[in-house]
Amino acid sequence: MPGTWEAGEGWPTLELRDVAKSFGAVAALRSGTLVVHGGSIHALVGENGAGKSTLVKIVAGVHRRDGGVFRFQGRDVDFGSTAESKANGIAVIYQEPTLFPDLSVAENIFMGRQPLRAGRRIDRARMYAESTALFARLGVEIDPRRPARGLSIADQQIIEIAKAISLDAALLVMDEPTAALSGVEVDRLFAVARSLRDEGRALVFISHRFDEVFDLCDTVTVMRDGAYVSTDAIADTSVDQIVARMVGREVAELFPKTPAEIGDVVLEVRGLQRTGVFHDVSFDVRAGEIVALAGLVGAGRSEIARAVFGVDRYDAGEVRMAGRRVRPGRPRAAIGAGIAFVPEDRRQQGLVVDGSVARNVASVVRGRLDRAGLLTNRMENRAAAPWAGRLEVKTNALDMAATTMSGGNQQKVVLAKWLATEPKLLIVDEPTRGIDVGTKAEVHRLLSDLAGQGLAIVMISSELPEVLGMADRVLVVHEGRITADLSRAEATPESVMHAATGSSAGPPVPATNRQEVKA
Amino acid sequence: MSTITPDAIEVRPSALSPGRRALGTVLRSRELAVALVLVALVALTTTKSSSFLLGSDGWRSLLVNPSILIVLAVGQTVVIVTRNVDLSVGSTLGLTAYLTGRLFLDTGLPAPVVVLVAVAAGAGLGLVNGILVAFGKVPALVITLGTLYIYRGIFLSWAGSDRVNAGDIPSDFLRLGTAQVLTVPVLTIVALVVLGLVGYHLQTARSGRELYAIGSDPDAAVLYGLPVARRVLFAFMVSGALAGLAGVFYVARYGTVSSNAGLSIELQAVGAAVIGGVAIFGGSGTVWGASIGAALLVTINSALPVLGISDFWQRAVVGALILAAVVLDRVLSARQARRLAVARDVGPGHLVIEPNAGAGDKEAAR
Repeated sequence: MPGTWEAGEGWPTLELRDVAKSFGAVAALRSGTLVVHGGSIHALVGENGAGKSTLVKIVAGVHRRDGGVFRFQGRDVDFGSTAESKANGIAVIYQEPTLFPDLSVAENIFMGRQPLRAGRRIDRARMYAESTALFARLGVEIDPRRPARGLSIADQQIIEIAKAISLDAALLVMDEPTAALSGVEVDRLFAVARSLRDEGRALVFISHRFDEVFDLCDTVTVMRDGAYVSTDAIADTSVDQIVARMVGREVAELFPKTPAEIGDVVLEVRGLQRTGVFHDVSFDVRAGEIVALAGLVGAGRSEIARAVFGVDRYDAGEVRMAGRRVRPGRPRAAIGAGIAFVPEDRRQQGLVVDGSVARNVASVVRGRLDRAGLLTNRMENRAAAPWAGRLEVKTNALDMAATTMSGGNQQKVVLAKWLATEPKLLIVDEPTRGIDVGTKAEVHRLLSDLAGQGLAIVMISSELPEVLGMADRVLVVHEGRITADLSRAEATPESVMHAATGSSAGPPVPATNRQEVKA
Repeated sequence: MSTITPDAIEVRPSALSPGRRALGTVLRSRELAVALVLVALVALTTTKSSSFLLGSDGWRSLLVNPSILIVLAVGQTVVIVTRNVDLSVGSTLGLTAYLTGRLFLDTGLPAPVVVLVAVAAGAGLGLVNGILVAFGKVPALVITLGTLYIYRGIFLSWAGSDRVNAGDIPSDFLRLGTAQVLTVPVLTIVALVVLGLVGYHLQTARSGRELYAIGSDPDAAVLYGLPVARRVLFAFMVSGALAGLAGVFYVARYGTVSSNAGLSIELQAVGAAVIGGVAIFGGSGTVWGASIGAALLVTINSALPVLGISDFWQRAVVGALILAAVVLDRVLSARQARRLAVARDVGPGHLVIEPNAGAGDKEAAR
């Protein structure tokens, strides 16, 4: 349907006003507003958890909004499925690629709308030719016949982009499309985005990289804590202004890491390698120290942590706790050596969600509690009570099921469970993901206290303010390698971001300079 | 904006040459591997007893025996590629076989109508499975295990101690079980036509490819906007309809239908698909492979006695085949994943690009 995206009718292509969406008790989006016109590239920025992805998923038809106005091309719409959103001319590139690993690259692009020949049979030759043409436009060479399995994250992202472009959509939403791309690929993507804009289409671009936002976009909308903050023309604003609006508070207030006495080396990792995942990873963590593993999603941070804890095997290197080698591939050995691991997905990997708080807290130390092989609820309660008290787990009773609690309290239960093992090293993966702002600060204070008591902490986090506020030292991971080891003083948003995107070779460019380049 | 230098375009490892790719496909082709095992088995057995292949009776049984299992394995494959499984096909076969017999006995309908009714009845039973799986959001393993017993129960309470005998069936229809065209039994021809139609559809129609997509990653299929529930429903209907056809085959071939008709044949159907390279977690495998797997399973059962191998070992050999197939899949996919990972690390991929090349381009463009 050529021409349907043409602007000039007066209405914006996309109009969202005061859109709300809750998941259970958690309000992911309180009042989202976004108005995008044809012929414009509109940036949507905000911290992780500001509600951008939820907004995108409402536009895409993945979620249905609870309230608010949603208009597309001037008509009120309410998409019940992604198919509906697609049929209306909306293409979405999600943050994490969603591909079919068993199918060919070309089929991944055209699934559901493959070119047909006589008798409604799929015209493979044309499908391959069109894929190749799309890749040529993006300036890459990917064999359209190969299976999607085994493609690098960057290549997967390029296939997502090719897929979205081939949809010929009136609105193209890109949720952090550049996170895994190299400089050349980003340039190519931007060239394509500009040409789509010049055709009169509307584009929404979500990114944490301000240089890209200022390079590509003409308008910017800021969101914070699930609500709309402001919309400005890029020319009328600056990075500092946007950052201030995004954060809306002093970073130091939010993340109160108190200085702790740094003790002896607790964890030594030497030359750790898992082929194709991470390489030559070496670092130390000392008692009382919080070391952050920063980097982009998919850089290999969680994989490193899982290998250290023994969930995954590694091909080379070694892990030492207090000078003694930890047997690889055995979580039990890691627990015995004093390592505790709070995984990213607490509902799936950290908690028995249907079990009581007491059972969850006592689950790792159960072996020490039983008497003649029997374990009573009373023993579990007795073991759990002090920890639940110390972490201020808000629960009516230790018998309450963990599933009824808020995300922040669930996280505390998982922490309590591991602290009951009296570890020397605590690894936490995204400790505050999906937790509301108030509880976040509590989790941070807790981690800070624990470090103060001499616990060594490795914290994986994708939230830059959290990393900068909490960490004594920042290790930046890029494509499976540690590309920077920054002290608290050296760690700035720029230095971490440069190392995380693999552009650290040059001297860090101050934010002000970059704005001048743009102007 | 920025001009891309020739160096920058070569950021990706080039594809394999077409020749090597073709060779790789042949080497990795499960269909070919299983077919070779089948040929070797037939050849070996024939050297032991030449009538196994060369006798007119041997030739005929070799072709006609697998026809029922081929039809079932084709249906099973359609379901398995969507990351589901249909365990009720054995009961469906029994029920539709008995239905076929009763229709001849009680109504005197012409044979083509009887066949259509039986196939439609099978499709209806498949539809029930499909609705429960697609909308009930309960794993197919549990649903079809339940309907396996329910369908068999319906069959038992309907038939009671009654059975259909060859004498009740019109002899014209029974002749179908023995009729041949150019020495090829008619049932085999029908099975191969079904195989061809389903295989062609799965490979060349959008809805066929969508079945593979759904099995490959169900969540992604939802994000793509594919009609997941409708396709899964369709897959179970196809499986049910083919089980109904298999029930018709059963009557034509054996004439008698007792209460244990099709008992536990669903496991053979799943086994045939797995041996033929259909991934049990969906997303890959072909009906060609599954039907060669079915032919291999059936042929082993008749070949091993000729080779003088005892009954106990016959079952063990089938089990070993299934395990070997699964282990082979696992080893091959682990090796491929490793190869791809190494290729990504050492190949002229992203890591080798000068970190500042992109930034430099940007600067130059301004």
